[in-house]
Amino acid sequence: MSSTPLHGASVGDRIYRVATTAFALSIPLLLVLLSAEVAAAAWPALKTFGFSFLTSSRWDAVAGEFGAAPAIYGTIVSSVLALLVATPLAIGVAIFLSEFAPSWLRQPVAFLVDLLAAIPSVVYGLWGIFVLVPLLREHVMPLLADRLHLGGTPFFSGPAYGPSMLAAGLILAIMVLPYISAVTREVLMAVPRSQREAALALGATRWEMIRGAVLPYASSGILGGVILGLGRALGETMAVTMVIGNRHEISASLFAPGYTMASLIANEFSEATNDLHLSSLMAVGAVLLAVTLSVNVLARWLVWRVQRQGR
Amino acid sequence: MSATITGALAVEQFSFWYGAQQALHDIAFDIAPQTVTALIGPSGCGKSTFLRSINRMHDLQPGTRSTGRILLDGDDVLDRGVDVVLLRQRIGMVFQRSNPFPKSIYDNVAYGPRLNRHLSRSATDDLVEQALRRSALWDEVKDRLRQSATGLSGGQQQRLCIARALANEPEVLLLDEPCSALDPIATQRIEELLWELKQELTIVIVTHNLQQAARVSDRTAFFYLGRLVEHGPTDQLFTAPREERTEAYITGRFG
Repeated sequence: MSSTPLHGASVGDRIYRVATTAFALSIPLLLVLLSAEVAAAAWPALKTFGFSFLTSSRWDAVAGEFGAAPAIYGTIVSSVLALLVATPLAIGVAIFLSEFAPSWLRQPVAFLVDLLAAIPSVVYGLWGIFVLVPLLREHVMPLLADRLHLGGTPFFSGPAYGPSMLAAGLILAIMVLPYISAVTREVLMAVPRSQREAALALGATRWEMIRGAVLPYASSGILGGVILGLGRALGETMAVTMVIGNRHEISASLFAPGYTMASLIANEFSEATNDLHLSSLMAVGAVLLAVTLSVNVLARWLVWRVQRQGR
Repeated sequence: MSATITGALAVEQFSFWYGAQQALHDIAFDIAPQTVTALIGPSGCGKSTFLRSINRMHDLQPGTRSTGRILLDGDDVLDRGVDVVLLRQRIGMVFQRSNPFPKSIYDNVAYGPRLNRHLSRSATDDLVEQALRRSALWDEVKDRLRQSATGLSGGQQQRLCIARALANEPEVLLLDEPCSALDPIATQRIEELLWELKQELTIVIVTHNLQQAARVSDRTAFFYLGRLVEHGPTDQLFTAPREERTEAYITGRFG
């Protein structure tokens, strides 16, 4: 021991530190480079159209006029719709699995729900075209519009084509459900037993315990899961492209076809005829990146706020 | 408090199993109202298992079963027909580690009353204040009732948990090593509190600390290997134990 030098001891440590630092820095660097590259490529279009790129609904490759408002609108509306449908369902599944399911049922059901995340996006798209869209057109849309008399409201008006914002939102809901559910399940199972016992010992029923002690304790984690799902929904391309109808128009009706930013890029990239068209697609990519980043920042902030309130 | 004194417990031939393993054997003794009973014994002797049987905290744990009776004012708490929700309102519990909800101090204390009774705001306010006064916490927290309970010190959190249990106005209060994570001063405050509280309710406390048992309890029950070895007035049990194993334990020869 006495012969161990005090200074400059471990070369291995130093190499290790340099290597991990390099790895850690390379990822943020990659993000910065990628953003810069997208922004640079988008610059010609943004310079040409200015703010109207975000507000105009006209997307005409022949005339050289590009406005991305319908795609931005469609991305946000389809994702929010997906969350509205998926979140209660996913939390319900998670509560059942973590609190009520007998142990022989828990593993298989959890596995099947998780498996939803493993289905390729294009398969969801195919299923959407051949099952979901016809189902919506022939049964769900008439039911909503006529039987439930919602046809008078702007959200459920217009002809039922089938391919629509509604179809996109529903297919996204199925796709994000496993993410929200898996995170929520883990978070619920991580709620300490002492919290549950505290509620039970005060005369809470099982449901009151879940509502009053378990869910509030887990709320920041559940929110994190929802945001994870939102991030997934915003960027999803293939399945949405196949069912949303791909039309450059903003309509309040969920029955109407729409567009999303990701679908727009995927559909037109290979056929972009001139530099301005290409640059406009890059600009759409830049907006999508910006929206996704701001959603994540917002999410972090929300989670942080909920955590701080809780503790 | 009602005119008739309630909160009497009578344990009759109570046995308990975790799966195939028997944790308690034929426990039988009485606990008088308005007394403090200490349950002592080495780790794994069954004293916590017994305590948690009184308010049926084992119910959610699969594979547990019991025989015998535990009577609260003459009614068997283990009976299938008993509503455990009502039972747990009458028998409050405080745990080894303080477990306040991550809510405000006020909301913690109001949790039980809000669940079980539909009181007006002012009635809830009164109840919260009364519970905090009874747990000797009121003066320390009255100006910050809306702040998070997790900001309190360990001893304050544990007294908050006592206040939370008291807000249900129980007849019996069960405490499972309530001071094991606390410093001596916080421990002393809780012990003084128990002395006050026994004027109104029946207290059963599990403790590893023999001095604590000697200080706070009227009667002591010594558990060993799942059996009740000896039960009697605390001063008698500590000064003139009848059983050799009791004497060995309280003089520190094992445990």
